[in-house]
Amino acid sequence: MSSAHATSTYVPKSRLAKWFESRLPLVGLVHSSFVAFPVPRNLNYFWTFGAILIAFLGIQIITGVWLAMHYDPNASNAFESVEHIMRDVNYGWLLRYAHANGASMFFVAVYVHIFRNLYYGSYKAPREVLYLLGVIIYLLMMATAFLGYTLPWGQMSFWGATVITNILAAIPIVGDTIQSLLWGGYSVGNPTINRFFSLHFLLPWMIAGVVVLHVWALHVTGQNNPAGIPIKSSKDAVPFTPYATVKDVFAVVVFMILFAWFIFYQPNYLGHADNYVPANPSVTPAHIVPEWYFLPFYAILRAVPDKLGGVILMFGAVIILAFAPWLDTSRVRSCNYRPVYRVFFWVFAVNAVILGWLGAKPPEGGYVIASQICTVYYFAHFLIVMPLVGLFETPDRLPGSILETVTGPGKQVSGSGMPAGAAAEPAKRG
Amino acid sequence: MADTTVTHATAGPEGTKRDFLFLATGAGLAVGTAAVAWPFVASMAPDAATIAAGAPLDVDLTPIQDGQIVNVFWRGKLIFVRKLTEKEIADMKAIPLSQMIDPAPFSDRVKAGHDQWLVAYGNCTHLGCVPISSSGNFEGWACPCHGSQFDAVGRVRRGPAPINLPIPPYAFESDTKLKIGEEGGKAA
Repeated sequence: MSSAHATSTYVPKSRLAKWFESRLPLVGLVHSSFVAFPVPRNLNYFWTFGAILIAFLGIQIITGVWLAMHYDPNASNAFESVEHIMRDVNYGWLLRYAHANGASMFFVAVYVHIFRNLYYGSYKAPREVLYLLGVIIYLLMMATAFLGYTLPWGQMSFWGATVITNILAAIPIVGDTIQSLLWGGYSVGNPTINRFFSLHFLLPWMIAGVVVLHVWALHVTGQNNPAGIPIKSSKDAVPFTPYATVKDVFAVVVFMILFAWFIFYQPNYLGHADNYVPANPSVTPAHIVPEWYFLPFYAILRAVPDKLGGVILMFGAVIILAFAPWLDTSRVRSCNYRPVYRVFFWVFAVNAVILGWLGAKPPEGGYVIASQICTVYYFAHFLIVMPLVGLFETPDRLPGSILETVTGPGKQVSGSGMPAGAAAEPAKRG
Repeated sequence: MADTTVTHATAGPEGTKRDFLFLATGAGLAVGTAAVAWPFVASMAPDAATIAAGAPLDVDLTPIQDGQIVNVFWRGKLIFVRKLTEKEIADMKAIPLSQMIDPAPFSDRVKAGHDQWLVAYGNCTHLGCVPISSSGNFEGWACPCHGSQFDAVGRVRRGPAPINLPIPPYAFESDTKLKIGEEGGKAA
C-alpha cells in the first residue's frame, strides 16, 4: 500500500492556491490523506472508533483548558475551586461533567478500538509500528486519566494518588527516589498536586503528537478490514471522502448521544461518592477502588499476595499487549476466517470483563481465588493460546478479494470505486 | 557528499582532526545535556520549605488514656501514638515470633522502660492506606484497602503488607513528653 500516498489527485486551481502549494504542499497532503485516500469498501462500524477517539481527544483538551481557567491546583483550595466551578462559574457544571464523563467515554471508545484490532488481527505485519504507537497512546491515556483523577482533591483523589505512588515505590533500588520526586515531600501533599496538574496539562499534547504518528503510520500501510486481506485493485476501495468521512461523522454523532446521556442524566454514575468528601490524610475510605477503566488491572494487582509480584504482573498485563504481533503465529489476520482462535478471542474478552468485575469487589475469599484464575488465563492467552493456535489451526478459505466479500464470489460491479447502487440513481434518493 | 566519504575512507591526518572534533562535540553535548537535566530533576525533590516544616514535633502524653490511640502528623505523615493496656502488653509479649510475617520481639516495638507506648507510622506498608483501629483479629488494625492486619504493636500478621508498621525516630523527653523526629539528640 505504499502507493497510498501517490494517489493525490489534488490540482490547485486558483493562482493563490498554486502559489501556496509550491511553497508548502499542505492542502495536497490533506487531500491525499483525507480525501483521495483509498479505504477498503468492506469496513464496518468498528472502523469508526478512530474518528470517535480523535473527537474525544479534542473534547478533553478543550474542556480541560477551560476548566484550568477556574481551577486552583493547591491542596488547601483545590476541592473548593472544583465546587466553585460547579456552583459559581457559568456553565462550569457542564464543562466539568463533560470532562469527567469524557474521560470515561474516551476509554469506552479505546477499548472497542483495541478489541476490534485484536479480533481482526490488525496488529500483524505490516502494521506492527502502527500498533505499537497505539499501545503507547493507551499508556499515556492511563497516566493522564490517573493524574486528572487526583486533581479534585477529594478522598478518592487523595487515596488513589497515595496507592498508585506507593505502587511505584515497590520498584527495587530506585522506587523510593521515584516516589520522593513524584511527591515533592514526605507524603502526598501540596507539591504533589502542583506537579500532577502540570503533568496532566502536558500529557494530552504528547498524546496528540503520538496520534499524528499513529495516523501517519496508518496512511503508509493502509487500513486493515474485516476480511483481513489487502486492497488488490481499485475496485476493492472507495475514496476516503465522502465515504469514510460521512460514516465517521455519523458514528461520532451517535456516540455523542451516549455521551450526552451521561452528562445530562447520569453525570456521577461512573464516579465515586467518596470523592465529594475533601481529602483527609488520616482516614481512608472503607471501599477504595479505581475508576472502572482500570479495574481489570487492579484485580490483577490484588490477585498476587506479594507486593512487588502484584506490581510486576499489573504492568506486565499492559506491556504484554506490545508483543502481540510476534506472539501470534497465524498468517491469517481476521478472526472471521479463524474458527478456533475466534472462540479463544471471545473467552479472552469475557475473561477481561470478569477481571473488571472482580476488581470492584472486596479482596477476600472467593473473589481473590477467581482473580487469580482469571489473571493466569489473561497471560496464558498471550503466551500459550496465541502462539499455539496459530500453529495448529486450519483457517477457513480466504475470499479472493475485498470486492468478493461485498458482492459474493464471481459477481462483478460496473464502474470503479463505487459500491453497487450507491450513486447510480441519485434522483431517487432525495 | 561523495568527497566526505572518500576523506573518511582514506583516514589521513585530516580524518583524525575531523574525528577529534566529532568526538569532542559529542562529548560536550552529552555532558551539557546531563548538566542541564540535573536542575530539572533536582527541583522535583522535597524543597527547603517542605524540609523545614518537618521539624521535630512535641507530643504531650498526659491526656492520653489507657487503650487510647492518638493520630499526629509529622512531615505530612500520619503517626499513631497508642497507650497499651496491661492486657495488651501481656498478650503481645506472649506471641511466638514464628507466627509473624516480619518477626520482631515486643522489645523492638517500644522504647526500654516505656512498655506502654507504641509510636508507629499509620500508613499500611502495602500501598499506604490508613488501617482502621479496633478491627481485625489481633487487637490492632485492619486495612480496608487490601485486607492486611496488624497487631497491637503494629506488627503485620496478615498480608499483603510485607513489613511491620515502621517506627519513626522519637525520644521521651520525660515520662509525659514525647519528641517525634529526633532520636539521641540528633534530628532525623
